[in-house]
Amino acid sequence: MIRFEDVSVTYDGAAGPTVQGIDLTVPEGELVLLVGPSGVGKSTVLGAVSGLVPHFTGGTLRGRVTVAGRDTRTHKPRELADVVGTVGQDPLAHFVTDTVEDELAYGMESLGLGPDVMRRRVEETLDLLGLADLRERPIATLSGGQRQRVAIGSVLTPHPSVLVLDEPTSALDPAAAEEVLAVLQRLVHDLGTTVLMAEHRLERVIQYADQVALLPSPGAPLVPGTPSEIMAVSPVYPPVVALGRLAEWSPLPLTVRDARRRAGALGERLEGVAYEEVNKAEVAAPTPPPPAPRPVQHRSRLFRKRATAIPTPAETAVVAEINNLTVRRGRIEALHDVTLTVAPGETIALMGRNGAGKSTLLSALVGLVEPAAGSVRVGGAVPHRTAPRDLVRRVGLVPQEPRDLLYADTVAAECAAADCDAGAEPGTCRTLVSELLPGIADGTHPRDLSEGQRLALALAVVLTARPPLLLLDEPTRGLDYAAKSRLVTVLRELASQGHAIVLATHDVELAAELSHRVVILADGETVADGPTAEVVVASPSFAPQIAKILAPQKWLTVTQIRAALHATDQEPEK
Amino acid sequence: MSKAQSVRNEQSVRNEQPPRTARRQLRAPVTTRSNALHPGAWWLWALGLGTAASRTTNPLLLALLIGVAGYVVAARRTDAPWSRSYGAFVKLALAVLAVRLVFAVLLGSPVPGTHTLVTLPELPLPHWAQGIRVGGRVTAEGLVFALYDGLKLATLLVCVGAANALANPARLLKSLPGALYEAGVAVVVALTFAPNLIADVQRLRAARRLRGRPDSGMRGLLQVGLPVLEGALERSVALAAAMDARGYGRTAEVAPAVRRTTAALTLGGLVGVCAGTYGLLTAEGGGYGLPVLLAGVGAALAGLWLGGRRSLRTRYRPDVWGVRAWLVAASGAGVAALLILYGSYDPAALHPGVVPLASPTLPLWPAAAILLGLVPSFVAPAPAPALAPVHAPAALRAPKEPS
Repeated sequence: MIRFEDVSVTYDGAAGPTVQGIDLTVPEGELVLLVGPSGVGKSTVLGAVSGLVPHFTGGTLRGRVTVAGRDTRTHKPRELADVVGTVGQDPLAHFVTDTVEDELAYGMESLGLGPDVMRRRVEETLDLLGLADLRERPIATLSGGQRQRVAIGSVLTPHPSVLVLDEPTSALDPAAAEEVLAVLQRLVHDLGTTVLMAEHRLERVIQYADQVALLPSPGAPLVPGTPSEIMAVSPVYPPVVALGRLAEWSPLPLTVRDARRRAGALGERLEGVAYEEVNKAEVAAPTPPPPAPRPVQHRSRLFRKRATAIPTPAETAVVAEINNLTVRRGRIEALHDVTLTVAPGETIALMGRNGAGKSTLLSALVGLVEPAAGSVRVGGAVPHRTAPRDLVRRVGLVPQEPRDLLYADTVAAECAAADCDAGAEPGTCRTLVSELLPGIADGTHPRDLSEGQRLALALAVVLTARPPLLLLDEPTRGLDYAAKSRLVTVLRELASQGHAIVLATHDVELAAELSHRVVILADGETVADGPTAEVVVASPSFAPQIAKILAPQKWLTVTQIRAALHATDQEPEK
Repeated sequence: MSKAQSVRNEQSVRNEQPPRTARRQLRAPVTTRSNALHPGAWWLWALGLGTAASRTTNPLLLALLIGVAGYVVAARRTDAPWSRSYGAFVKLALAVLAVRLVFAVLLGSPVPGTHTLVTLPELPLPHWAQGIRVGGRVTAEGLVFALYDGLKLATLLVCVGAANALANPARLLKSLPGALYEAGVAVVVALTFAPNLIADVQRLRAARRLRGRPDSGMRGLLQVGLPVLEGALERSVALAAAMDARGYGRTAEVAPAVRRTTAALTLGGLVGVCAGTYGLLTAEGGGYGLPVLLAGVGAALAGLWLGGRRSLRTRYRPDVWGVRAWLVAASGAGVAALLILYGSYDPAALHPGVVPLASPTLPLWPAAAILLGLVPSFVAPAPAPALAPVHAPAALRAPKEPS
């Protein structure tokens, strides 16, 4: 259905080709996953299928790309619109009309389908994607998951034989992501649609793939293969594969179910490990006591020990305190009666659906929104009444789009401005940047940085004022596993220096890796608040893969398991 | 499939409640996509009210017009984002009124008057600026004249605002001839640029607070200017790519003869329109003006119709011009026609005098005619009653509960 024959793409003004030596054949009705670290040209490969590369982006494409027998060299994107449906990274940039129903019909109108066909397909697609209740809603009022589904629906209605998706689930909460993936699987199975998709969050998608194509590094040729073959060599892999590699299982398990069947022996081995020893090494931060008394079980020795080992400094020094907070946005109560305290050195993950109020809670902590009722105190000050200059020394927020924080046109100018804003010693910010992002030139434009680098720069800018409370909104969006693990290292170190960190995230693996406490919000109310292991293991949608595999035991990350195995290996020697 | 059917069934059940009384039967149905009023009808109605407003300076009649437009908007607008523009138009109308009054106070008024309210210090101007006065006497007559005049303009704006709030601009576009549709889409997309830009400015100004800079003031606005424009440009490029990939601008193959005929007809038609208008406006060309203009319009329309054959595009559920649309459009046109008629019969009642000052009276027949503009609030389909999914926080909720 899709054929790449020795394709290379060179953009105008680039020194070398962005991708080269691409040979790939995607048969009809397969779901092919394109994986690789960020910046290897995944989006370029996807763009070549719809003809946007090079017709729209410019540049030179060598070799041949054919889709359903049509050569993209001679067919413009609009002439491929009836066979290829493309959904980009940002669904908002995709919408032409303003209501759901019109959006679904737009592509068919362009193709000139008859009114009765259009009507029937719109109704079918509304059902297929579960959008029937939203049909007359303006698109501006939809949540992220709903928008993503409308975007997919809008390219499905012309019945394309090929669907090209660029990170369809990155911005979605776990439940919404599963919904979207279920739809994709249904398309592949029932309608025989061919799907080519790129996604960073492999833990969500790898089990659906029939074939995986790996771009190992920039300019390297594409390596196609079966999912387990590729995962054995890929530089990016989900936690379940990491566990499989660690335990040397062969063939590698790709799903939680496969891994669970193999995990019996591993579970027995881990049963005897002194869990708290392992975890103490990992969570070096002065961990505050858990907020609620825990039932005494043999598995929660960790928490009992923590609670007794460390006296409670949290009760005396509180970084931030939210009491019965209610925030209204127009007629909608975005937050309702939320209470939360943040202690120094504590890392809290805020989780919940898109639109549950996570970002609003962070905004309230930096005074961007005014409480309708209740109180917010950060370091003793009321955020929305505090002058911005004062406030940056108490709390810093890295917004969902780190670019919003960056105004200057070079990294050096950005750093100088940050020093000046924070009243810090000149050079403070630049030092932080060098720590977080070694090897960034002063003259680089912030726009030319990758997602991960831009996040690090924004983080450095915020940290210049050394706020005791650091807030991050969806920090791992668009980050690959390497950038993510760098972020984890940086944040752990900050926590160990006594910074309190609150992160709003959909990334369960990140939450498991970093946080001491998880707060789950739903419809603006707190529905769960407790230590990560307890909250996360109890919920199927928020549990990380490792927790699902070793379910009765409360292991959360591969890092913990590695440390535990290390400990068991050493034990006999003692 | 079954889900959509059940939804449709529910809707039909809601719409076809057992008619218990004749009154219940006559009531306007709840609006859905299929019975929605044609946006053109709303615009004709609003333009009718606007025409009526332009024919009078009687403040009582103007206030009545504003009231009628406001009532219909309150009764028939939906919750959609474009409906919120009404408030902005009302504010704009008030601003226009205020500016008109301020100018009348500062620059004086051509209306002679005897009731001096205050005398402002007058700015001495050089002799070449004769005829311009800054400051000086402020008369009650001048102020009242300015008030009437400003009110007329404000009423016009309120009428346009009402049309904007009641009719979805994108749906109006669907009624354009095929040849113009693609250009129309480009215009609508360009129009969404402004609201997006405002949202970006608000977001970035908020982000300034995170950098420890004041988030208000002019300087803040200027500093976010460049990032905002960059963002807007990037978004436009992404949208253009998405539209291209979705088949925007696909054309059908047409015979070269048809193409040439289209070009000839369109160009010839436009030239005809220009020549005809010129003929009508100049004294010499009184004879040939009208026929040439009509021929030009005819040729241009034929060109558009032929040009439409190049466009493959079909229309999804176009709005139907039904009885209700006729009634709404006719009510607006009726108001305009009756006021124009009454204006030629008794101009004094529509233009109350300011010299000498007299309190305006409400002429009975024009007032009754204006009330005709209330017809849409009875015949137009009513917006759906406030359902929970539209108002409650559920609007932000992902549809499925995680288990």
